[in-house]
Amino acid sequence: MVELIWLVPALPLLGFFLLLLIGHKVGEPGSGWIATIAAGGSFLATLAVFVGLLGRDGHAGDRSYEFILFEWLPAGSLKVEAGFLVDPLSITMALFVTGVGSLIHLYSIGYMHGDPKFSKFFLYLNLFLFSMLMLVFGNNLVVTFLGWEGVGACSYFLISFWHQRESAARAGKKAFVTNRVGDWGFMIATFAIWSALGTVTYTEISNSPAMSAATGTAVSLLLFVAAAGKSAQLPLYVWLPDAMEGPTPVSAMVHAATMVTSGVYLLVRMNSVLTDDALLVIAVVGAATALFAALCAVAQHDIKKVLAYSTVSQLGYMFLAIGSGAYVAAIFHVITHAFFKALLFLGSGSVIHGMHDEQDMRKMGALRAVMPITAGTFIVGWLAIAGVPPFAGFWSKDEILLAAWEQKNIGPLLWFVGLVTALLTAYYMSRQVILVFFGKQNWEEDVHPHESSWTMTTPLCLLAGAAVVGGAINLPLVKDWLVLEHFLEPIFHHPHHFSSGTATKIALAVISVVAGLIGISIAILSWLTRRIPTDRLEPEFLENAMYVDATYARVVGGTGTSAFQKTADFDSSVVDGSVNGLGRLIMKFGQLIQPTQSGYMRNYAIGIAVGALAIIALLAWGLLL
Amino acid sequence: MSELLRSYLTVGIFGVAAIAMAGAMLTIARILRPSRPTRQKLIAYESGVDPVGGDWAQSQIRYYVFAVLFVLFDVEAVFIFPWATRLEVYGVFGLVEMAIFIFILLLGLFYAWRKGVLRWV
Amino acid sequence: MGSLQLVGFVGPSVNWWALLPQIILLGAALAVLLVSALAPQRASTVFTTVTTLCAALTSFVVALGLWSDVKADGPSSSIASAFGVDGFSIFFTVLILIGLATTALLSHGYLDREEMDPPEFHALLLCSAAGAIVMASANDLIVMFLGLEALSIGIYVMIAMHHRRSEARESAIKYFVLGAFSSAFLLYGIALTYGATGSTNLVHIRSYLDAVVFQDQHLLMAAMALLLVGLSFKVAAAPFHFWAPDVYQGAPSPVTGWMASIAKAAGFAALLRIFFAAFASHDVDWAPIVGALAVITLVIGSVMAILQTDIKRMLAFSSVSHAGYVLVAVHSASATGTSAALFYLFTYTLMVLGSFAIVGAMGPDDEHPLSRYTGLGRSRPVIAIGFTVLLLAQAGIPTTSGFIAKFQVIAAAVESESYFIAGVSMVTAVIGAFMYLRIVMAMYVVDEGEEGPRPIWHWTTSVVVLAAVGFTIIVGLVPQFLIEFARDAVPVLVRG
Repeated sequence: MVELIWLVPALPLLGFFLLLLIGHKVGEPGSGWIATIAAGGSFLATLAVFVGLLGRDGHAGDRSYEFILFEWLPAGSLKVEAGFLVDPLSITMALFVTGVGSLIHLYSIGYMHGDPKFSKFFLYLNLFLFSMLMLVFGNNLVVTFLGWEGVGACSYFLISFWHQRESAARAGKKAFVTNRVGDWGFMIATFAIWSALGTVTYTEISNSPAMSAATGTAVSLLLFVAAAGKSAQLPLYVWLPDAMEGPTPVSAMVHAATMVTSGVYLLVRMNSVLTDDALLVIAVVGAATALFAALCAVAQHDIKKVLAYSTVSQLGYMFLAIGSGAYVAAIFHVITHAFFKALLFLGSGSVIHGMHDEQDMRKMGALRAVMPITAGTFIVGWLAIAGVPPFAGFWSKDEILLAAWEQKNIGPLLWFVGLVTALLTAYYMSRQVILVFFGKQNWEEDVHPHESSWTMTTPLCLLAGAAVVGGAINLPLVKDWLVLEHFLEPIFHHPHHFSSGTATKIALAVISVVAGLIGISIAILSWLTRRIPTDRLEPEFLENAMYVDATYARVVGGTGTSAFQKTADFDSSVVDGSVNGLGRLIMKFGQLIQPTQSGYMRNYAIGIAVGALAIIALLAWGLLL
Repeated sequence: MSELLRSYLTVGIFGVAAIAMAGAMLTIARILRPSRPTRQKLIAYESGVDPVGGDWAQSQIRYYVFAVLFVLFDVEAVFIFPWATRLEVYGVFGLVEMAIFIFILLLGLFYAWRKGVLRWV
Repeated sequence: MGSLQLVGFVGPSVNWWALLPQIILLGAALAVLLVSALAPQRASTVFTTVTTLCAALTSFVVALGLWSDVKADGPSSSIASAFGVDGFSIFFTVLILIGLATTALLSHGYLDREEMDPPEFHALLLCSAAGAIVMASANDLIVMFLGLEALSIGIYVMIAMHHRRSEARESAIKYFVLGAFSSAFLLYGIALTYGATGSTNLVHIRSYLDAVVFQDQHLLMAAMALLLVGLSFKVAAAPFHFWAPDVYQGAPSPVTGWMASIAKAAGFAALLRIFFAAFASHDVDWAPIVGALAVITLVIGSVMAILQTDIKRMLAFSSVSHAGYVLVAVHSASATGTSAALFYLFTYTLMVLGSFAIVGAMGPDDEHPLSRYTGLGRSRPVIAIGFTVLLLAQAGIPTTSGFIAKFQVIAAAVESESYFIAGVSMVTAVIGAFMYLRIVMAMYVVDEGEEGPRPIWHWTTSVVVLAAVGFTIIVGLVPQFLIEFARDAVPVLVRG
């Protein structure tokens, strides 16, 4: 059944083409169903491949299946094939990408109801899903890069989907420019790996001997630049909060569950080349991002902005896990995060939809009565992200904190940062839940909130279920229950094992749960019962994300612009000048030989005769030599 | 001098002899004949018909079509003669080949006829 | 003389199966003529087009059958080694049939619009195609010459068929006289080859040249030079290209497409068979000459192209520079180079046919100024995108077949260590790109409110353009199948 792999990306592609051809004729809701069925079919195909893969022996190493479509670029020694690599890592990613993706497709049918560009939206969603699957299944860096660029392009289209809005158009542009920095890292890394190892195929890279320390670190850091761009790490995170200008299902799928985790995927995939020095950098940046974004989330008023900063923060956790060498923990958190963050985003979308496009949390409150399903599922997501056991988020976050604790150089510090972040996470999420669903009614009289349709609530319920039990795929209680870890084991060069004793583990877990509870308590005291004055809890400094974005804007707008202007002047005067001069020279030469094209047959015949004589003369000359 | 060139020498000598002989006869005739030119005598000889007009006269385009058809069947004849002389040798194979050849040519003629080329209007 | 006796004539064994593709085409030509002669009124365009397409399709099926034969039993030859059946001949048969079907479709709307006589056009086209196949398959110089003449004579008449236009007549006369002139060179070259090697059969020539070391090879050199002149004229390589812009401009657009694609491809087929296959042992003598021709052709083609203001003349010079690229591949005198040349010809044929399809549909053939295309991107966005793809492919932009083709040609030149020629190819590619971009710019950059042209568009043209664009992109993305086909199609000379 593993051979069915081609079907997995083919179905969304088919959906894309169908919508391209007949989308505007089918209209609403037909085109939405086409896209949803394509995504669902893709999920079923992934399941089939997964079952096929499970049927193979895990330890003999044959749970790695390469499906070569064709030899793509035979360029000298570089041989790039267009092929898919099915192994535990890619199938794990694909399962939740297609699974969560299908649910979000379904949700969007309700959410995008009445939009004039209804079918175009689903066209982009299908194209996005296809690109994402290319990224995940590509058997070499070049195919992955194609998918990487593809998801990027779809992401820009979708962020600025409502491009009539100035802010949406700007956000799309910002995402594009920021991501280019990351893409640059990806390309340079690819070339560096090719020149160092002579291949870009994953299986060959992981079997290659190690690169020299300097090259290895450089490659690792370039890959990290790529990952940081796509996965919104410091300092390249700025585009993600703005990306919330896109429709909410897009935020859930592209900017929470799938695309932004591709940086994590890339680093885990390339784990064999990452060096210890680079890992330390990754861990520090990850921890810093987690803390920074959590602080920013504390003071946001926009319901989606909170979730956006929360996403950046959670991605920081994943990089912290990678930096600590705990790749399984990173992937584990990618999965659980996909469940609860998609759930939270879709829930917020349901709220926004019900509130008629109101996004300011200060104008909500007490919505649990009018939107019971949305409220219930949102609360499940909240408990999961706050790290309350036994919800999914607890297990994966706990594993990351444990890994951070055991980090060789600055373990306790990383752990502490992670812990503070956990506390902050619990706080700002509780604040959000209280502001939106509890307290007193703050919306205006002419707004009539309502529960959303079944196409929107069904995905919410399913995702809520996953957010509750998602942790079960990797329970640390008994060794045999570490299903994900055993499944992913063949991928890693140096499998990571926790060295701490059971007592330490339990102590750390208890501390993190307590931290979470403290965060929740503070939120309840301040926002629900109003025992703590709230006016100091939303400093402007944090609301504006510590002015990082504004600083970027000023640098790029001020000195940056003048530097760019100078470059442009140089380009137009020197570079263009020389090119134009050369062009004129060529034109002159052309005008010189133009008279030969006289239009007279006799002259042409003379040309032939002269040419013949010249050839004969050349041959005779050759003979003489 | 090589054997090859010597045999060409014969040709050369023969050519020179021919030119000399013709030249000698014309020269002798010129010396012997009386010369009394009249206008009539100096007109270009056109099979007894007086030439009229310039030499850039238009001729009927039909002549051209007929000339082409004539060449066509001339070539056909050239192709058929050798076959006819070795009729028995080529046997049925030759017969079929020649039938195809003639059929295609006839088809051309038929086409020309249907398109009205053969009508002299 | 009494000893004369009748000996049963034993002809050479004939593999009729191998001759079937061109026999089908000739049969269809005769059928078209016969029916139009018998029909009470003028035969319709639909009938002639369908007949030609059916003939091309049948022929194509036979060619595929032959291909599986060659795959199974290896190459062979027929009629006393005069006619080769190898991957090479089948590659070109397939290419020529694709060109035939395409040109038939293009002529469909064109003949109606210009009120030309369909049966005669199609009969000539079919004969011309049969000639091209013979030329590409011939293992004997005389047979090759016959094919060349069948190909050319058909084209001479097709050009002149538009008898209300004096430009068409001028083109036809120019091409005819110069073609005859160059045919004379070719024939003289064949005669000298016979003098030098004692045969006109390429198989014999090859084995003779392999076995014999000449004390004095003046005769062979002269033969090579004259053959090269004759064939360079057909493929429009500089300095034998002068006719191309004038003739391309004056000829009806479908015929221009046919000349630029198939006549050129057949010329290169002959060139490769003679020089790469038969004169392989003397490649040190001919390769530098071909290289010199390639450089001159590339430079003149690309430089002159950017000076033109008429689209058809632009495309004519662009086709001259394309000939230069193929010559670069021929120059490398290796199997890699030959398959690069074949790949180039295949992709180029589709590009150029698609381009001339659009040019022909844009309006009457009096002149095709660039201004006719201004604003096409706005008034007919789909056509404009199709044309853009084809032009960018000719410029060699990645993700199109043109890129893969140019890449292989330059790679072959680098492999044979002809760095100078590889460099010239790259530079001229940039110069040429300027010309293609000029056309693209004209289509898209337009003043506000200005209306673009709205040509009358026949659906057959759309089919051709769609197929050409699709092929160009597909090969640009997944070139492997065509690369392998071209690799299997390197000419082989076998006795048979």
